[in-house]
Amino acid sequence: MDWNVIVVSLPLLWKGLLTSLNLTAVSIAFSFPLGCLVAMGRLSHRPWLSNTCASFVHVFRSNPLILILFWFYFLMPMIIGSAINDLTSLIVTFVIFFSAYFAEIVRSGIQSVGTRQMQAGLSSGLTHVQTMRHIIMPQAIRAMLPALTTQCIIVFQGTTVAYIIGYNELLHSASMIAERTVRPIELYLTVAVIYFVVCYSGSLLARRFEKRTYS
Amino acid sequence: MRYEFSWGMLFTQPYSGWIIDGILTTFHLALISWVIAFALGVLIGVFRVTRSPVLRFVGTAYVELFRNIPLLVQLFIWLYVVPQLLPIAFSSWWNRLEYVPYWTAVIGISFYTSSRIAEQIRSAVMAIPDGQFKAAISTGLTPFQMYRYVIVPYAARIMIPAITSEFLTIFKNTSLALTIGVIEITATARKIEAWSFKGIEAYTVASLTYVATTIGVILFMNWMERRYQIPGLIKRGKEGL
Repeated sequence: MDWNVIVVSLPLLWKGLLTSLNLTAVSIAFSFPLGCLVAMGRLSHRPWLSNTCASFVHVFRSNPLILILFWFYFLMPMIIGSAINDLTSLIVTFVIFFSAYFAEIVRSGIQSVGTRQMQAGLSSGLTHVQTMRHIIMPQAIRAMLPALTTQCIIVFQGTTVAYIIGYNELLHSASMIAERTVRPIELYLTVAVIYFVVCYSGSLLARRFEKRTYS
Repeated sequence: MRYEFSWGMLFTQPYSGWIIDGILTTFHLALISWVIAFALGVLIGVFRVTRSPVLRFVGTAYVELFRNIPLLVQLFIWLYVVPQLLPIAFSSWWNRLEYVPYWTAVIGISFYTSSRIAEQIRSAVMAIPDGQFKAAISTGLTPFQMYRYVIVPYAARIMIPAITSEFLTIFKNTSLALTIGVIEITATARKIEAWSFKGIEAYTVASLTYVATTIGVILFMNWMERRYQIPGLIKRGKEGL
């Protein structure tokens, strides 16, 4: 084994890691709010809205991420009428796919708060939106913090799927270097360590939130 | 948007043959991996709840290692790294196997999933109230009998929803095997699209496969849950995917 190849390719790997983290951040920044909307839609008492949101969640949760990516990769240019770049289709895929998962977490978070809080808020003269905003959500977010953190780790792990369409995130950068230098062992092990460090730190954070909620 | 649908194309050769092969590959890849993952997961899950600190450490290290590395990276490591680090006699035997990518996928997916199953087992055992353990022991059962007749039947029922979603996850995760050259249903859909430019039809077949399986598994598990329910012991939660 020759670990020199890692030292030489560190700048490229660093760039790949930053790309992965950026993809993760952008995906979460859009899919979490979208997930909140879908969750509220699912809890709505209007059947057309709750049914639409429920089917959205079911459809995207029962398909694998790669297949959704292929769908968008193929369909988007036809819908828009012109070719789109890889980054756009990746982001769109991640945002829609992961919002279905966030929606489930948010829904169970809201449901864990209970209907009495809602009734109390409404009877004290707050509107539905105000009760949601000031009473339900602050409690719900605290309850779902561990699950949300875990989901963020899953989004980060999910960005590896960008490898398949050749987008230069961490895994793809590493595989390119591995091919060029013929040093797959060193590179894949290094990449595994990098992913492990990031994800493990995240899971420690999730555990801390968990302790705080239940203590 | 101009697109000419031709659903009939899916029933002509070679596409129909490909689709059947792809669906079958997805199914047996998922099922074989599931059996291995479940056996490993039970073992590691038991490690995590034993009293021995060594076994607990091994269990925790195993779970953290396999859970915190993306499955795709693990597949590459099983494919490119592990065979080269093992003795030459083994790797030359391994590389002569007929379906190396397939078995690599089985190993990778099993190990990844087993760490998640181990966690579910641990949290199910932890969810059982302390009084159950004490009551079982005080009625004169041996620790083995306690697990056999009280804890395991109880934990198994608690675990049903989590295990259902793990099974659905393993089923979806088999799609990652396409990166190392296993032609399961998602790869088949991609191949059909590349050959015929009929992407909507091809991807619909793949999506329907996943959705239909999901619905089937959920219905089956709900039936199981009702069939083996202990009245008054566990409240049935909200159903969902």
